[in-house]
Amino acid sequence: MSNPRLWLPLLVFAGLAAAPFLGLGQGHSLTLLARGMIFGLAAVSLMLLVGGAGLVSLGHAAMMGMGAYAVVVLDHAGMTEAWMVFPAGILAAALFALLTGAIAIRTSGVHFIMITLAFGQMAFFTTSSLALYGGDDGYTLFNRTEVFGARWLENRLVFHFVCLGLLVACWALVQVLLESRFGRVLRASRENETRARALGFSPYPYRLLAYVIAGAMGGLAGVLLANSAEFVAPAYLAWQRSGDLLFMVILGGLAGPHGALVGALAFVLVEEWLSHAMEHWRLVFGPLLILCVFFLRGGIVGLLRRG
Amino acid sequence: MAETILALHGLRKSFGGLLVTDDVTLDVRQGEIHALIGPNGAGKTTLIHQVSGTLAPDAGRIRFLGEDITALSMPARARRGLARSFQITSVIPSFSALENAALAVQARQGSSFRFFRAASREAALNAEAIAALAEVGLDARAATPAAALSHGERRQLEIAIALAMRPRALLLDEPLAGTGPEEAERLIRLLSGLRARYAVLLVEHDMQAVFALADRISVLAQGRVIATGTPDDIRADPAVREAYLGEDEAA
Repeated sequence: MSNPRLWLPLLVFAGLAAAPFLGLGQGHSLTLLARGMIFGLAAVSLMLLVGGAGLVSLGHAAMMGMGAYAVVVLDHAGMTEAWMVFPAGILAAALFALLTGAIAIRTSGVHFIMITLAFGQMAFFTTSSLALYGGDDGYTLFNRTEVFGARWLENRLVFHFVCLGLLVACWALVQVLLESRFGRVLRASRENETRARALGFSPYPYRLLAYVIAGAMGGLAGVLLANSAEFVAPAYLAWQRSGDLLFMVILGGLAGPHGALVGALAFVLVEEWLSHAMEHWRLVFGPLLILCVFFLRGGIVGLLRRG
Repeated sequence: MAETILALHGLRKSFGGLLVTDDVTLDVRQGEIHALIGPNGAGKTTLIHQVSGTLAPDAGRIRFLGEDITALSMPARARRGLARSFQITSVIPSFSALENAALAVQARQGSSFRFFRAASREAALNAEAIAALAEVGLDARAATPAAALSHGERRQLEIAIALAMRPRALLLDEPLAGTGPEEAERLIRLLSGLRARYAVLLVEHDMQAVFALADRISVLAQGRVIATGTPDDIRADPAVREAYLGEDEAA
C-alpha cells in the first residue's frame, strides 16, 4: 500500500462514508461535505483533461452549468424524475463538450485556455439572458429530483451517499481510463506530441473523446450541485468557477485523480472555514493559494511522496 | 535489383526566398542503408521532415511501397510502416523504456480506443516491446523511466521504438548525435544488423560511421543531390570533394 494513488482516495472515501455517524450528521456539515464531494467529482473529471490529456480548460464550469440548467429546464417543464434528469444533464454537457471541443481541441496551449474560456463565457451570458429561467437572478428549485416519484434525495443522508457513490464511480473511471490503452495515448501525446504522431497516433480523436467524457462527468456534478443547493444561477458557469476548479486540480497535485479529489475537498473546506472565521477572508484565501503554488510544487499529494 | 521501398521524386521546398530542397530525387531499396550526407545547412533535416510528413514539400512526389504518400500526414505514414528517429532524442520521458516500446506496438496492434483494461498488463504488447528492447540491448533497463536513462541508452531506446513499430523503412536522423565513442560503436553495430530487414535512410554527421555502414551515399549540397553512389564512388567524386570532403581536408 505504498502508492498514495490508491490508499489516499480509499481513506478519503472511508472518512466521507463515516462522517454522518461521527457527529457530522447535523444539516450544515453534511451540506458542506456534499458540496465538497460534488466539486471533487468535477475536479476529478477536469483532472482527466489537465493531468491526463494536457488540456488546460478554463471552461469546465460551463459543463457543470449544462448539467445544472438541464435540471432547471426539466423542472420548469414539470419533469423531476431522476431517470430523466440525470441522463439529460449528462447528455447536455457531453453534447456541449463535443461541439465546443471539436473546435477548441484544434488549438493548444494558451489558445486552448482562451477558447475554452470564451465558450464558457458564451454559455454564461446565454444563461443570464434566459428570462424564462430567472435570468441573472437564477432559478429556485422547490423540490429535489425524485426517484420514481419518491423524494429520497430530500433526505440529507441519502443525498450524502448518492454523492459519495457517484464520486467513487467517477474517480474509479478516471483512474481506469488513464491506465488503459486510450489513457496511455493521451498521456504520451501530452508529454511528447511529436513522438505520438511519429508512432502513428493522431491525438485529436483521443483528446476530443477525453473532453466529452470529462464534460459528461462535469454535467453529472452540475445535476448534483443543483439538487444540493436547490437553486441554480448563471454564476455557476462563471469563469471564476472554472478557475476555482482548475485551482483545485493544481492544489491537489497533478500526479493522479487522487490529487484533484484531495485538492477539491481542501479548497471547499478551507474556503468555508475562512469565510466564517473572518469578514475579509478573501484577503487571506488568495495569498494562501499563491503560497501553495509556490511551495507545494507537486500539490498536496506531492507532500505525501516526500514524507 | 532489390525492391524499391521509398522513392523521392523531384522534391522541392523553399522557406521564403531560400530554396532548401532543390529537385531531390533518390530511392531507398529493401535491405540497404542509404546515407544522406552534406555540409551543415545542406537541407538534410528538412528533407527528412518532408519524408516523414512533418513538412509538406512545395513540389514533387514521395512514393512508399508503391503508393503515393505525398499528401498523407505523419501519423498516416507511420501506420503504413515508415518509422523515424529524431536528431534530438524524442521519447516519452515519464514512461519506462518498456512502456515507450509498448506504445509503439500498441500503435499498430489493435485499436487504442480501449478503455477499461490496464495497458501495462497486456502481455501481447509487453512481449513484443521486450523483444524490441532486447534487439538493441536495452532489455535489462526495461523498467527504468526514459528520463533516467543515459543519453546513449535513450538513443538505443529511440531505435527500439522504431523497431517495435515493425516498419518497412527507417528514417534515422543522426542516430549517433551526442554519443561517446563506445556508445557510437555499439550503435553502429546495431544499425549494421538492421540492414538486412529494412530499407534505411540514414542522415549522419559521423563520416566514419557513414562510410562503414552505407551501401549507397547521396551527397546533398545547397538542397541539391550532387552525387549518389557507393562509398568508393563518393570518395572519388571530384564534385563531392569540392563541396564537402574538401572542407575537412582544408581544415
